[in-house]
Amino acid sequence: MDTALKELGDFIRDELGDAVKDAHVRLGELCLEVERDEILNVIKYLRDDANCQFSTLLDVCAVDYPERTERFEVVYNLLSMTHNTRIRVKLSTDEDTPVASVTSVFNSANWWEREVWDMFGIGFIDHPDLRRILTDYGFEGHPLRKDFPLTGYVELRYDDEQKRVVYEPVKLTQEFRTFDFLSPWEGVQRMLPGDEKAETEADAAKQEAK
Amino acid sequence: MGVSNAPAPTGMPLPPGAEQDEILRQVTGELQDKGFVIASVDKLANWARTGSLWPMTFGLACCAIEMMHAYVSRYDLDRFGVVPRPSPRQSDVIIVAGTLTNKMAPAFRKVYDQMAEPRYVISMGSCANGGGYYHYSYSVVRGCDRVVPVDVYVPGCPPTAEALVYGVLQLQKKIRRTGVLFR
Repeated sequence: MDTALKELGDFIRDELGDAVKDAHVRLGELCLEVERDEILNVIKYLRDDANCQFSTLLDVCAVDYPERTERFEVVYNLLSMTHNTRIRVKLSTDEDTPVASVTSVFNSANWWEREVWDMFGIGFIDHPDLRRILTDYGFEGHPLRKDFPLTGYVELRYDDEQKRVVYEPVKLTQEFRTFDFLSPWEGVQRMLPGDEKAETEADAAKQEAK
Repeated sequence: MGVSNAPAPTGMPLPPGAEQDEILRQVTGELQDKGFVIASVDKLANWARTGSLWPMTFGLACCAIEMMHAYVSRYDLDRFGVVPRPSPRQSDVIIVAGTLTNKMAPAFRKVYDQMAEPRYVISMGSCANGGGYYHYSYSVVRGCDRVVPVDVYVPGCPPTAEALVYGVLQLQKKIRRTGVLFR
C-alpha cells in the first residue's frame, strides 16, 4: 500500500515539477506540499489525470502555526473513487496573502473556503461569495486563530429597556480555570507511615554477610 | 352550586374513582336541571392552562433528542395535553432544548415575543441553564435566562426524557400555585 502511494507521489512530483515542494507518505497517508500560487493547477491536475482521478474534494481546512513566518497552512483532502486512494495537499500562507480559490474546479469548495475565511481569516481569490458562514452576524475576529481569546470579546443579553438583544464586552464572574491535571495521588511517594523503619533488602543482605 | 358540596378543594385534580364520579354526577345533574354550572374562574383557567401546555418546538442540540423521546410513545407527553406546535402563536410554553448561541439568541427572543400571554419557558439541559460545557465559549449565551425569563430549569446533560416530563409537571404545579387570570 505504502509503496503504491510512494510511487503515486513520485509520479505526481515528476509530472508537476516545481509546483510540488515535497511529497511524502507518513502513517500510510500520502501528502503533497505545494507552492501557493500553483494550487489551482495542482488540484485540476489531480482531478483530471488518468492516474489520479481525485474526483472528490472531501474537505478544505486550515491550521494555525503562530511560530512560523507563514503562519497558516491550508489543507485539501481529496478522494479518488476509481483508485480507492486518498491524498492530502497542503500549502502555507499568512494573514495578508490570499490563496487562489478552487471553486472553479470543485464546487464543494465554496462553503469550506468560506469557513476557512471565517475561522482563520485567510482570503481566497476569485471566490464567488466570500463572507462569514458560521459565526454571528457582525462578528469580529477569526476564532480559530491561536491569538483569539477563548471567550471572545462580546457577550449578549436581552435589554428590557431597549427591548432587544444587546452586545456587551465580556464580563466573567469566574475566571477560566486551568487545571494542572496532576492529582495528589500521583505526586505522592508510595511510603506508608512507619515504612521507613522496616529493613530494606540491602540491609537484609548486609546482615547476612555478617 | 354544584361543586361547592365537594370535599375541601385542594387545587389538585381529583384522581379517578368514586369521589370523582360523584362530583361529575352532581355537575351533570346540575347541567341538565338548570342548564349551567358555577365554578371559580381562576380554577377553571388553571385547569385549562395546565391541561393544554402546548410547547413551541425549539430543539437546538442533543437535548432535542431527549425532548422527542418525551413526546413519543414511552413517556407520551400528550397524556398531559402537551403537544408540540410549529408556531409561536399557538404555543403556551417554549422548551429551550440545547445550546443557545449568540447567533440564535435574537431569533429566540423574537419567537418568545411572538408567543401569546400567558407564556412560560422551560430551560432544558446544562447549556440552556448556564452555558454548561460551552460556558467560556466565544459564541454561546451563558444561560438562556440572559435572554428570556425562565420558569423551570431542568438539569442534566442531556436530561432524560423522564426529567423533562418531571419539569413539565413542575411547571403545571407552578401554574396551579401562582395561577391568576392576569399576571
